[in-house]
Amino acid sequence: MNIHWEILVVDDEEVMRESLAAWLREDGYGVDTAAAGREAIEKAGAKDYAIYFIDLKMPGGLDGIETMMEIRKKHADAPIIIITAYATVDTAITAMKEGAQEYIVKPCNPEEISLLVSRIIKVKNLQRENTILRKKLTGQYSFNDIISKNSKMHEIFQLVREISSLRSTVLIEGESGTGKELVARAIHYSGDRAEQPFVGVSCAALAETLLESELFGHEKGSFTGAGAQKKGKFEMADGGTIFLDEIGDISGKLQMDLLRILQERSFYRVGGSEEIKVDVRVIAATNTNLREAVSSGKFREDLFYRLNVINIQIPPLRERREDVPLLAHEFIERLSHELGKSVENLTEGALKILLDYNWPGNVRELENAIERAMVTCRTHVLTDEDFTFLTHTNNGEKKKWILPGNISLQEMEKQVIAATIQRTGGNIKEAAEALGIDRSTLYEKIKKYDIPR
Amino acid sequence: MTPATSYIALVPVGQVEEGIVAELSTMLSQEFRVDVQTMATLNEPEEAYDHQRNQSSSTVLLRDLVRRIPENAMRMLAVTEKDLFIPMLSFIYGQAQLGGTVSLVSLARLRQEFYTLPPNRLVLMGRLKKEAFHELGHTFGLVHCLERSCPMSLATNIRQLDLKGSEFCRACSSILRESFNAVYRHSTEQLPTEKRQ
Repeated sequence: MNIHWEILVVDDEEVMRESLAAWLREDGYGVDTAAAGREAIEKAGAKDYAIYFIDLKMPGGLDGIETMMEIRKKHADAPIIIITAYATVDTAITAMKEGAQEYIVKPCNPEEISLLVSRIIKVKNLQRENTILRKKLTGQYSFNDIISKNSKMHEIFQLVREISSLRSTVLIEGESGTGKELVARAIHYSGDRAEQPFVGVSCAALAETLLESELFGHEKGSFTGAGAQKKGKFEMADGGTIFLDEIGDISGKLQMDLLRILQERSFYRVGGSEEIKVDVRVIAATNTNLREAVSSGKFREDLFYRLNVINIQIPPLRERREDVPLLAHEFIERLSHELGKSVENLTEGALKILLDYNWPGNVRELENAIERAMVTCRTHVLTDEDFTFLTHTNNGEKKKWILPGNISLQEMEKQVIAATIQRTGGNIKEAAEALGIDRSTLYEKIKKYDIPR
Repeated sequence: MTPATSYIALVPVGQVEEGIVAELSTMLSQEFRVDVQTMATLNEPEEAYDHQRNQSSSTVLLRDLVRRIPENAMRMLAVTEKDLFIPMLSFIYGQAQLGGTVSLVSLARLRQEFYTLPPNRLVLMGRLKKEAFHELGHTFGLVHCLERSCPMSLATNIRQLDLKGSEFCRACSSILRESFNAVYRHSTEQLPTEKRQ
């Protein structure tokens, strides 16, 4: 029972085809029908169905076995169930030999067909979960993992395809939570460098000296605490891609170092004298307006132009609201596996709340909101009540601050930071502004208190 | 002003044991908080009966019901004593148009007599209530529910049907409320009350 799985019913008899389709739809599946083998093959060419029910005897064209064999050419592992009114051992053997997963004789008991379908779907769910876990393990996401039906996003997908195998530097601009790293990964994993490392660095998360050492590495004894030689991220990414997130936050000195590495493709470790040459594609990202930073002299113009060879601007979620239902369903499906909860869908009322909300934290905030709703929901469908925390935020309703007794200053600081991050939907820039501290300080505190983002 | 779609039409198809339709009518009006009007008995269309299977085709019956639903009825539920089938399956307890207007339940396999047990009106009505809620739930767009106690869960045998409850779970209740709201734009006070688990 999962609305995302689709089934194809192939039968020349309309009443048989439509009644089985209606019965399966009541179970929550999406069902397409085909009246002939050719039509079924065409439909299977456009879509990979979770299950194919195919009638064995279809006069005036391809029969069930022939249809099955054609579908198999497109989808080798497709679960195909052959239906027949003629229960002969020969046809059963032929069907199974040619790769039918099951063979059922009509009319069959509702329990039998229900068990059969749920068994196949269980396997499909496990296969899907396995794919998700593998991807999560390797971090190998392609642009197919960026979900959108927005035209601007589709232009980005096209651009990603075109530039994936180039070496040119890319600057990705977009608000926090729009998926800049996902786009960077898509560029890397769909190009010639896919087999080489993809190394991500959050430039705002580290203080200047630490970031320098993190990027370029250091020699033993180059500073207090440098007990051994350490390779930097640029060396680790040799042959592959380095993703420099929040590039707008780096210091003037690091801007200079970065400019040199982009021009000369070489650098020195901190405290080192040996020039290290690397072949690294640089993808930088920012949620600030770098042009403004250049105008005000905070960011080097020459570095900006070096980084901005290919520019990608990701629209915020509020400008592509048509993606909200799509993303919400994707998150529900993925998080159901991760959280071990069988949540399958959301009601129209819940969807309306999601569509009306402004999403300052963008896709990440939407994901967090879905997760929060799924954690607390007690049924298999998310309703408007599961998202009341969003309507409260939208209305600007403020909760009273109750000062707890016996609380340390540190604990209070931790709670205030956690609450602010939650309110901004994980938007660190916004949270830092609200708290009146800079982002690197906020990152330090997040790390110190182990606050989930 | 009376809304255009203001009641559920309940209709016996063929001879149905006395009192059953009236009792079901009360059950439906209590659950859905809406007027339930019982229509005159309809004759089963001849082509619905399959002599070879000694059963009636629910597909043919539903098609016939679609033509007969009163203009101002929001939904129609038909009750028959006949055992129902769709070509693929040996039997079904009932059928509905998913997100449509008509639904149908059979009393044949809800009766204790079908399982060679003495008749029991209480058991029969309990089963009918769940099955009627289930089929009407489909017309409001509900699909099968994973919550085994919810009337929207799938029952493929009488044991599973008996294990169900007759109260919609919180999620199905919420969807039902939304869907009902869309159909019945009269006033929110008249919507089915939300159930808590």
